[in-house]
Amino acid sequence: MTTDTTTAVTSRAEYCVIACAEAWRDNGEVLASPMGLIPSFGARLAKHTFSPDLLLTDGEALLVGLDGRPEGWLPYRRHLTMVTGGRRHVMMGASQIDRYGNQNISCIGDWEQPTRQLLGVRGAPANTLNNPVSYWIPKHSTRVFVERVDMICGVGYDHAVGPYHRLPRVVTDLAVLDFETPDHAMRLVSVHPGVTVDEVRAATGFDLVTGEDVPCTREPTAAELRLIREVIDPRGLRNREVRA
Amino acid sequence: MNRRTEKRAERPDKVLTPEDVVGRLRSGMTIGIGGWGARRKPMALVRALLRSEISDLTVISYGGPDVGLLAAAGRIRRLVAPFVTLDSVPLEPHYRAARERGAFELTELDEAMFMWGLHAAANRLPFLPVRAGLGSDVMRVNPGLRTVTSPYEDGEEFVAAPALRMDAALVHLNRADRLGNGQYLGPDPYFDDLFCEAADTAYVSCEQMVESFAPDTVPQTLLVSRHSVTGVVETPNGAHFTSCVPDHDRDEPFQKLYATTPWPEFAERFLSGKSEGDYQAAVQAWHKEQRK
Repeated sequence: MTTDTTTAVTSRAEYCVIACAEAWRDNGEVLASPMGLIPSFGARLAKHTFSPDLLLTDGEALLVGLDGRPEGWLPYRRHLTMVTGGRRHVMMGASQIDRYGNQNISCIGDWEQPTRQLLGVRGAPANTLNNPVSYWIPKHSTRVFVERVDMICGVGYDHAVGPYHRLPRVVTDLAVLDFETPDHAMRLVSVHPGVTVDEVRAATGFDLVTGEDVPCTREPTAAELRLIREVIDPRGLRNREVRA
Repeated sequence: MNRRTEKRAERPDKVLTPEDVVGRLRSGMTIGIGGWGARRKPMALVRALLRSEISDLTVISYGGPDVGLLAAAGRIRRLVAPFVTLDSVPLEPHYRAARERGAFELTELDEAMFMWGLHAAANRLPFLPVRAGLGSDVMRVNPGLRTVTSPYEDGEEFVAAPALRMDAALVHLNRADRLGNGQYLGPDPYFDDLFCEAADTAYVSCEQMVESFAPDTVPQTLLVSRHSVTGVVETPNGAHFTSCVPDHDRDEPFQKLYATTPWPEFAERFLSGKSEGDYQAAVQAWHKEQRK
């Protein structure tokens, strides 16, 4: 990985890193909680560049700087208080997600006796009522983007309660989406270069709100590309999570 | 009378064997298991449970292979959990298989609801209010959950997370003394202190028993206090194959074997012995084979 680190064309995975990083722009001094490889690269990129105040964890119980040095203690009991205190922006995965952002990671099929047992609700119910929750979907398809989720774990806008519910964005291997519509139905914000609007529509199991001109996800700067390729992910793991 | 006074002066020794602990448990009990996912689980005590006939359990756990083992062996009547995972292997295969054949009942709670349920139980409260669950299907699949409205001017509605009271708690720590004081040396206490306080009886297994803690012991590491502990067991490598840092990391190759081996085969090779020692010997033999 010593040659072409700045001249090679931007890969799909790199647009995804950029789109994830943008979720944490202007977030201030909050914990960035990325679930998955590309979101964690995005969080690190954001902290390296436009959101230096972000807090990051080592995946266990330490708050760490970009150099890995500890700056705080965050065992699960305090992590849960960070959630309910709202000082956190998590990017979760989703086995299913619907047009209002209801998310499922618990099971597929009938909850009583599922056809596929998955993780369980984990912290999704508390997350969605307390701190901003974005989503990362590495394979945008009609299996994930469904009309109705089988088990509501993360709460969508049509079920939202309380003063703190907010779902800033959904990033996929094809596009960036959000809920900035009058009834909070999912909207196509941008497509990654090389992806068409029709491809995104075809991979989505419900009608997406789509404007007349859908822009492309922004290009990384040369400095951002260098950071991704040389500092954050020199082994190129991003291109294994998202190919093309 | 004299003898009794002497015994008191010595202070009660709570040292037990894994078999002693299981001898105090009964079928039908509600048992809490400490740790988190595949991290610092009291696996030696779970294995002792598997060697017994005890069944029909209600298990309360931030679930890992403790749940997978008990579910595969058919010992669980009801599970109370927000998830079951092996961390490095996201989905627990034996738990999945049990759920997909409808082997037991499930109380599926959010992680925070679960934590406040432990706090409620430890504080002898029937519930604590949480901003979690409303709007989600946690309410649909737990029709017994109730809500409370803030009596103050905000008037917000919350879920009343019910106390997770248990008959017995099993936790694993790095060190403990003979009186039941337990010390963790890793980065995260998880919720082991709360499990002990939420239970009528609590059993601490530890990597190493100490006569006493050194005068320069970091006070915050003394997580579990003897007033909340019934018995203490020394089980070196007792969290295996989950992590118990800094004493040992998760045994990833062995966990992978556990996750990919059909249950009868795994149980026959590793769990059919008569003691924890037999298990540890079987694991060592397997590792030796791998090195060849």
